[in-house]
Amino acid sequence: MTENWKITLRVYRQKENQTSHFDDFQMDVNPDEYVLDAVERAWAFHDRTICFRHACHHSTCGACGMRVNGVEKLTCITLIRDVTRNGATLKVEPLRNFPVVSDLAVDMGVFYRKMEAVGARAVLPVTEAEIEDPPSKWDAEDSQYIRLSDCIECGLCMSACPIMATTPEYLGPAPLAAAQDQGLRRKPELLSVVDCEDGVWRCHSAFECTAVCPSFVEPARRIMNLRVQVVDMRLRKLFGKA
Amino acid sequence: MDQTRNQPSAGKFWSWFIPVGRQVGGWAFALNRVTAIGLTFYLFLHLAVLSLLAKGPDGYNGFLALTENPIIKFGEWAVVAAVFLHGLNGIRIILTSFGVGVTRQKQLFYGFTVVAVLIILIFTIRMY
Repeated sequence: MTENWKITLRVYRQKENQTSHFDDFQMDVNPDEYVLDAVERAWAFHDRTICFRHACHHSTCGACGMRVNGVEKLTCITLIRDVTRNGATLKVEPLRNFPVVSDLAVDMGVFYRKMEAVGARAVLPVTEAEIEDPPSKWDAEDSQYIRLSDCIECGLCMSACPIMATTPEYLGPAPLAAAQDQGLRRKPELLSVVDCEDGVWRCHSAFECTAVCPSFVEPARRIMNLRVQVVDMRLRKLFGKA
Repeated sequence: MDQTRNQPSAGKFWSWFIPVGRQVGGWAFALNRVTAIGLTFYLFLHLAVLSLLAKGPDGYNGFLALTENPIIKFGEWAVVAAVFLHGLNGIRIILTSFGVGVTRQKQLFYGFTVVAVLIILIFTIRMY
């Protein structure tokens, strides 16, 4: 028999030039449904004016990022059971650090421009990808294979990062991870983009980006690795080996 | 509320200190900010106290008598606690910043915090 929970879905509401508030929706849910299912149910059966972003429902598009009970989550893969309990409240809010367009939908334009600034790749050659147990030596024909980048550009890391909250100019975790992914030796022109005040040195090691990343990009680890790459490049310049 | 409230701004520094919704790395980040602010405040206080030396022995001795005050004593204890919490967490940040133990940053934080707490405990016993 299907388990049923009664929850209160508390949804952040804000339309243009209006003050924000929360709307509560009482609903019966299966705890093994996802948070996005609950939001869609509120929209379908309670209030058709709720605005939120979603598309694929399987953690590929990165559109449905929200804060669930205060923590950044990709709502299409977040089980209701994991974030609330029977009879309790489930609060959904828009991502932090992005302008609210309407209710739960935010304007991610600045983030996408930063990803473009570092030339983030949607697909990459398999020979350049971080994969488990890579062969000790790639064959020439392996270079024809490509794979999707791990980063789905959901923006959760940009929302969770405490430095992003105070420094709009900071490149942020996902763009820095995208720069690391390409490698400074392969793309030396990225050095000036990341080796600056609001680049790789602005990170203050809170590791919140890695904690919330739903796609195992591990932005914090990549930022630390990027620092090593920057130091390596600087030393090479210093000794004339660049 | 206007549309800009959800956007980044320098005035949002207070959000660094709100632990709700943060995880281990975020708590470590907040702890380092709080202890850094405390130690900076202490540095200025320390310089102000040292300036009493310019007033001769009487001025400085008068202040030294104050150090037996329980509030001042607690302040001294807090400085020592902040030094060890901030310093040891700083070592963790230096290590991870250059790729050492990055995937074990939580364990590093727990480990260094336990060491700091033990040192603070020993200091507390000796002080009181």
